[in-house]
Amino acid sequence: MRFGDLLHLATESLVRARLRSIMMRLAMAIGVAAVVVLTSLGEGARRYVTGEFQALGTELLIVLPGRSETTGVQPGMFAGETPRDLTLDDARSLLRIPGVARIAPLVIGSVPVAAGELTREVPVVGSNSDFLAVRNLSMAQGSFLPPGELDRDLAVCVLGSKVRSELFPRGPAVGATVRIGDRRFRVIGVLADTGRAIGFDLQELVIIPVSSAQQLFNTQSLFRIMIQATSREAMPRVREAVRAMLKERHQGEEDVTVITQDAVLATFNRIFTALTLTLAGIASISLAVAGILIMNVMLVAVSQRTAEVGLMKALGARGRQITAIFLTEAVLLSIVGALGGLVIGFVADAIVSRFYPTLPLGPPPWAVVLAVLIAVASGVVFGLLPARRAARLDPVVALAGRR
Amino acid sequence: MIELKDLSRRFQVGEQLVKALDAVDLAIGDGEYVSIMGPSGSGKSTLLNIIGLLDRPTSGEYLLDGRGTTSLDDDELAHVRARKIGFIFQSFHLVPRLTAFENVELPMVLAGTAPAERRRRADAMLASLNLTDRAEHRPDQLSGGQRQRVAIARAMVMEPTVLLADEPTGNLDHVSGADVLAALEGLNSRGITLLVVTHDDEVAARARRHVRMRDGRIVADGSSPGQPP
Ligand SMILES: Nc1ncnc2c1ncn2[C@@H]1O[C@H](COP(=O)(O)OP(=O)(O)OP(=O)(O)O)[C@@H](O)[C@H]1O
Ligand SMILES: [Mg+2]
Repeated sequence: MRFGDLLHLATESLVRARLRSIMMRLAMAIGVAAVVVLTSLGEGARRYVTGEFQALGTELLIVLPGRSETTGVQPGMFAGETPRDLTLDDARSLLRIPGVARIAPLVIGSVPVAAGELTREVPVVGSNSDFLAVRNLSMAQGSFLPPGELDRDLAVCVLGSKVRSELFPRGPAVGATVRIGDRRFRVIGVLADTGRAIGFDLQELVIIPVSSAQQLFNTQSLFRIMIQATSREAMPRVREAVRAMLKERHQGEEDVTVITQDAVLATFNRIFTALTLTLAGIASISLAVAGILIMNVMLVAVSQRTAEVGLMKALGARGRQITAIFLTEAVLLSIVGALGGLVIGFVADAIVSRFYPTLPLGPPPWAVVLAVLIAVASGVVFGLLPARRAARLDPVVALAGRR
Repeated sequence: MIELKDLSRRFQVGEQLVKALDAVDLAIGDGEYVSIMGPSGSGKSTLLNIIGLLDRPTSGEYLLDGRGTTSLDDDELAHVRARKIGFIFQSFHLVPRLTAFENVELPMVLAGTAPAERRRRADAMLASLNLTDRAEHRPDQLSGGQRQRVAIARAMVMEPTVLLADEPTGNLDHVSGADVLAALEGLNSRGITLLVVTHDDEVAARARRHVRMRDGRIVADGSSPGQPP
């Protein structure tokens, strides 16, 4: 028998047995669509997070107080709990390390910020002029903190765009005065809305010079020091130098953790890839279920068509040919179902993307290939038993319609 | 040439052993036209199935064109069936999804014949049975007589040497039954061995040789010279 004829016979019976094959295709389609959609979500989340981190700049190192064994993000949320604090002098010393382009020390706290009648409790970040470049931010209005000595205590502040619109619903913010805690600050700029949200929500904070923040929160210690290396290649060297430098400054005590953006990124990548794999695994179960349905439906098809099988044998068909005919039907069904599932999956992706445009949805290619392969394989595996049963039918009994 | 020697076919049905064929001896030469009659359950269909290699005897020997068939495996049987045997059934057994043309084509599809060759032979076959204008119809769009003629075309398209018809007119009215018989006899007159199982005396009378069965045995076997062809 020719392969083209085999396909023709199989499609012929699929087209004629509508309901049965529609049910089967649907089951297969749902399975494949589930794989596509779920892995898209996992992959989308991964791409989103990766994108966020890359937007922060891959040449970033972060020094946090306290010794942490893991390389993950470990917010030692409140400074002062750790054995030795990071200080402004520590930060300043890091600038001497070759390969360090910029540093931005960080102090953070939450205090009421008031403009006229309006008061909001927002995170207040103390930093320096380099924070803008280190965090890849840009200004909507005015200017950022002026460059200068770290310990210069200026009464100026920069507002996140959301804080601005809440405190100054009407009228310009730049040039106005706000009260932060018990001190008055002049607004010199407003941050542009970058749409990025990893770390803290940059639109929801107020930035003031680091030494002003230290006075405001009555602390000498820093929450973080962010370091930008001159290049990605310099990162390992810089990291070691930073460690050594701070160890020396802290009387030989290794009491800080230096994490690199790359390490964080790698961790997130691992987490989200695992998540995607898990989702793919779960979705694959529905493919297996679809496979079992295929077996059921094919068994029914075989028993409905015993007379036909008998006839084929009377016309000189070999057992192998009968197997091939039924197997081709099962596989065709699952291929059509799988393609339908791809369409459903991608349409679902497109719909979700409309509602969450920031989420870069899209299944990883391996998941698409895998889903289709599993679908086809289950067509083969689960179609084999019914096909073999058909081939083994006694032609005389089959023709007589006695079973 | 069909030769059955001391051939038996028994079925075990529960406790009971049914002798569908009981020590049958039969020889049918090429080009013969044989009718097989007998009461229901006498073993006519079983005999036809064994001659058509769809079923195997429990004991005894069956030689087709001088070659023993009992030692052939399933694939070899299928091969012989495809090339030497044509079947006609009481209930036509057309594949309902396929058109008349596709049904006729089916044995050649299974044999792997090239499409152009298939078309030529199927067209010729349908034409010889006056079915050309029905080629694209599906079985449910055909009359009983037309369906049986499609079945004949399908049985003949591989140019077998033996045509086995199990009550070919059983489901047909008189007129279409006559059409079908005429078609079968036309083939016989061109040299095909024709075996017709029937309950109808009139149908049986048209054959040149008459076999009568009872309880799995051949109880009468005689030719009737001078009968109409
Ligand atoms: N597959 C089978 N299993 C068990 N018994 C069978 C089987 N096939 C046939 N028989 C028995 O063998 C005997 C002969 O059956 P067969 O079908 O050959 O009769 P028949 O002469 O064709 O009858 P009819 O005129 O009703 O078609 C019957 O008793 C039948 O019950
Ligand atoms: Mg019978």
